[in-house]
Amino acid sequence: MKILVPVKRVIDYNVKPRVKMDGTGVDLANVKMSMNPFDEISVEEAIRLKEKGVASEIIVISVGPQKAQETLRTALAMGADRAILVQTDEEVEPLGVAKLLKAIVDEEQPGLVILGKQAIDDDSNQTGQMLAALTGRPQGTFASKVEFAGDRVSVTREVDGGLETVSLTLPAIVTTDLRLNEPRYASLPNIMKAKSKPLTVKTPADYAVEVRPRLKTITVAEPPKRVAGVKVADVDELVGKLKTLGVVA
Amino acid sequence: MSVLIWVEHEGGAVKDATLAVVTAAGKLGDVVALVAGSGVGGVAEETARIVGISKVLLADNPAFEHALPENLAPLIVGLMAGHEAFLAPATSTGKNVAPRVAALLDVMQVSDILSVEASDTFTRPIYAGNAIATVQSLDNVKVITVRGTAFEKASREGGSAPVEAVSSGGETGLATFVSAEISKSERPELTSAKIIVSGGRALGSSEQFHQVIDPLADKLGAAVGASRAAVDAGYAPNDYQVGQTGKIVAPEVYVAVGISGAIQHLAGMKDSKIIIAINKDEDAPIFQVADLGLVGDLFKLVPELVAKL
Repeated sequence: MKILVPVKRVIDYNVKPRVKMDGTGVDLANVKMSMNPFDEISVEEAIRLKEKGVASEIIVISVGPQKAQETLRTALAMGADRAILVQTDEEVEPLGVAKLLKAIVDEEQPGLVILGKQAIDDDSNQTGQMLAALTGRPQGTFASKVEFAGDRVSVTREVDGGLETVSLTLPAIVTTDLRLNEPRYASLPNIMKAKSKPLTVKTPADYAVEVRPRLKTITVAEPPKRVAGVKVADVDELVGKLKTLGVVA
Repeated sequence: MSVLIWVEHEGGAVKDATLAVVTAAGKLGDVVALVAGSGVGGVAEETARIVGISKVLLADNPAFEHALPENLAPLIVGLMAGHEAFLAPATSTGKNVAPRVAALLDVMQVSDILSVEASDTFTRPIYAGNAIATVQSLDNVKVITVRGTAFEKASREGGSAPVEAVSSGGETGLATFVSAEISKSERPELTSAKIIVSGGRALGSSEQFHQVIDPLADKLGAAVGASRAAVDAGYAPNDYQVGQTGKIVAPEVYVAVGISGAIQHLAGMKDSKIIIAINKDEDAPIFQVADLGLVGDLFKLVPELVAKL
């Protein structure tokens, strides 16, 4: 079974994003970029499925600028087999990404597509569900456990009330949550080896997919700032303040 | 404009998150509510009484019992004729279903809106709430998920909308529900609680988490939350998690115990009215957003606080 793993190059999760002065977006110049943390979890899960003999080949895909090759190389160093970059300098929205992925799914016919539940930049949480819709496949979103049994996959999902398990026909789309696994670090020999793994560069036009944005960003602003309050000396002062604020009687 | 909303319900009752969706949808136009499920006539009647709803559509079919998006999305898409917008709550189920609907309609969804600026323009958080984007949807039909804490809840009593049964849609056979492990708690639900006590990694173990946090939550009548670090370490179950990828909360009072305040956690709670932080590290980022901070050993301070409240 082939597994497709879409990955996105995003601001590193440890970096505090700063809004640009002109209100057009978030300043990404000279900011550390990394693989979206949920996508790292997806790559890891695919590799574990290959190690278990469930998967035969792992193809990683990114839609983004030329620099997204670095992200793909990271995935190859972790253990993916080959990579496809759909190169564009335009920002592609989840719907556009899902359409490109659908075209690649049609070409590659994977048994599973596993991707992060959301990217930590636009926080949309849409691409996996949209890909499932466009391919007419079932979706196991926010997965904390993925188990294959025969021609079905069982996905335990993190939901608001706790956990829910669904059984999906294959091929299926799975999106990963944080507790699915802990991604490995690529070893130095594997990083070297990844340099010679195949990486194909394509464009949205190669797939005849229209990725023109449907959402127009009018402004990007800082959220209202909270002002730090006061530090109290001890529990008695805290209780006093809580009484003044009416939190406790 | 006519707006279709999806009503989230559980155990035969409409969930609070739906009430915020009614308010957001009301800013766009006439609100038609879809109640889908199995044996949910009572939920439809309850929905009909919510103020601001003009009609209730009832899709009663075992295929909709567990809100599987594979079955729900085609139902919703089939009902969209005559509606210019579809709204759902930004809950785990809403987030599961809405993008599937959007893609089938060839619409780019606007996720997790904080406000309605115009019929096509909305604000939404990006980068874990470190920036707020104002976006205009160029699609003819809008598909939107609504952040529950950003809108007033519509009143549960006072409306009298007609209920109309719909018979479309059904089982697609793509997915089946197997089981659910839903946490049972006597405490208020995290996303609608007035007071929340949250614990972080500093609690050190699951036993200590409960020993320290539970009595304070009991005393305050509060819900219990946790940071991602505490959940990852196994001190608290996943449905306790507050943050960018967990639950977004905005209670009257949020008490952060042993939580350093990573940006991902702040994203989930910084709209709380009053934030109280107890942490041994006086430089912890949580103090930059806290109204009241207490520096010291939580294992001493929290029991003392419980005793003195």
